[in-house]
Amino acid sequence: MSALSTALAPSRSTASSRWISRVVIYGLLVGFALFYLTPLFVMLVTSFKTMDEIQNGNMLALPQSPTIEPWFKAWGEACVGLTCAGIKGYFWNSIKMVVPAVAISTLVGALNGYVLTKWRFPGHTLVFGLMLFACFIPFQSVLLPMATILGSLGRFGVTLQNLTGFAFGLGNSTVNLVFVHVVYGLGFTTLFFRNYYEAFPSELVKAAQVDGAGFFQIFYRIMLPNSLPIIVVTVIYQFTNIWNDFLFASAYAGTGDVMPMTVALNNVVNTSTGVVEYNVNMAAAMIAALPTLLVYILAGRYFVRGLMAGAVKG
Amino acid sequence: MSSVATTEPAIARGTRASIRGRMQDALPKIVLAPSFAITVIFVYGFILWTIYLSFTNSKTFPSYAITGARSYQRLWRWTFESDPPSSWYTSITNMGIFGVLYIGICLALGLLLAILLDQKIRGEGILRPIFLYPMALSFIVTGVAWKWFLDPGLGLEQTLHQLGWTSFHFDWIKNKDFVIYTVVIAGVWQASGFVMAMFLAGLRGIDGEIMKAAQIDGATTVQLYRRIIIPLLRPIFLSAFIVLAHMAIKSYDLVVALTSGGPGGSAWLPSNFMYEYTFKRNEMAVGSASAVIMLMTISAIIVPYLYSELKEKGR
Repeated sequence: MSALSTALAPSRSTASSRWISRVVIYGLLVGFALFYLTPLFVMLVTSFKTMDEIQNGNMLALPQSPTIEPWFKAWGEACVGLTCAGIKGYFWNSIKMVVPAVAISTLVGALNGYVLTKWRFPGHTLVFGLMLFACFIPFQSVLLPMATILGSLGRFGVTLQNLTGFAFGLGNSTVNLVFVHVVYGLGFTTLFFRNYYEAFPSELVKAAQVDGAGFFQIFYRIMLPNSLPIIVVTVIYQFTNIWNDFLFASAYAGTGDVMPMTVALNNVVNTSTGVVEYNVNMAAAMIAALPTLLVYILAGRYFVRGLMAGAVKG
Repeated sequence: MSSVATTEPAIARGTRASIRGRMQDALPKIVLAPSFAITVIFVYGFILWTIYLSFTNSKTFPSYAITGARSYQRLWRWTFESDPPSSWYTSITNMGIFGVLYIGICLALGLLLAILLDQKIRGEGILRPIFLYPMALSFIVTGVAWKWFLDPGLGLEQTLHQLGWTSFHFDWIKNKDFVIYTVVIAGVWQASGFVMAMFLAGLRGIDGEIMKAAQIDGATTVQLYRRIIIPLLRPIFLSAFIVLAHMAIKSYDLVVALTSGGPGGSAWLPSNFMYEYTFKRNEMAVGSASAVIMLMTISAIIVPYLYSELKEKGR
């Protein structure tokens, strides 16, 4: 008991050492916070500065005469390669790609997770294992065959176009990228839902079966309504990954009007001829970052919580 | 069709019901089948395809006549015999430096931040998102930001000169011997917050009774963490290591955006080598061989991990 009371009532010397340790802890945390914030801060202030101020001023200084000109320029006039129509078109390319890709991969992942936990069959571990390993492969090892397949699908699309007047989306870069992202996102979405449904009471499913509910009914009426946390995690994860993807985007839609935002941004930054307009570059980078930052700010809390509950525990 | 609600109890057990019953039995497998087929074809089939290509002499276009392990021989000859060092040699050396530092620093920094945040900190709700937000950004954006920040003429060096520290010198991003360390800095900045979140969740999951018991026994905070808490976090170390290793080997865009490959390709990682050789230098077979080596490296780490995980769960 005496040990307990000393632990509960610290002497004066431990009180002062505790005070010092608090100062050290807060000092370290604030220091690290600055390390994490500085690049974003520099990007943000630079995007509101004039070129004069950038060349002669201090990187960390606030803009003296803030201007939103660079943002308008990045959106509507910046040069991507030889076309100088800003990044707005590429921004929409990314939106058109990311929305269907996220929706499809999430829905299919949910169905897969449901089957793998509640409708088990012999060999389900093997199936899951194969899909799980697919999450970890370096995409370089599938990059070339996919390029070949997309190429021949594109040629087939041209034939169809000539024959029927419709290409059925074959050969369309956005459709290609949606397909690629769904294919290589399935492993992750299945993993998330499978781990989440693992903890979902099977008794509820059995009870519904006894009451005569079928496979899809149970899915729609019981599983989906209880899946909100993991749906949020999966959507955020897929949205961030697909929006931020550069490898597939540059390999399969790397030229012309069809490229997604990340590729366009890289081109803006790396192909500027003449004077490099750093403020426009930074504004373009901010525009490319905003959707994922926004999603993260709005739903990040649920993301981390859900990720910890669902994915990492395993 | 049969998706119409059927609340009839198990009275009608005619042939109709048994056909439907069999349908219902097969339905889960039918639902899963497309995903499984896609995985088998587009992941495993494509991997075999890439392996096949690596044994041909494909240049700009794939060629399907097997010509032996020439591309592998070239890669390894380049590794050990070329002078000056080949870009493959540079890539795998960089991979070693980047992998060790990136994983090591992310784990250490993530753990440190998690432990600091776990000290009943006021303002945790503000600090945690600050540490985490970089992971929401694309590597391209991260690269652009750090490229600016590390540029000797514009960024940190210039700023410190203006503040009066004129002897300060920091041009790693332009220096072919040091450029890979700038990739480490940007990579750590991006991923360490995520590792922190994993450790923090682990710390929050530890039973408070254990800590209380140790405190009653007179353990200091440092002892408490070293002897009890950190050992309890072992599974999280493993998960974080797996995630980080996989991210390190895949890293491609960060190098592209941060340094455009660095002076003379000195910042290349194997992924950059693969892309350049396959799509820009028209050496498809060599590119495929490098992709196969990357895949084998990842597999050596991931397969044992997944195997033990699934075996444990299967029980």
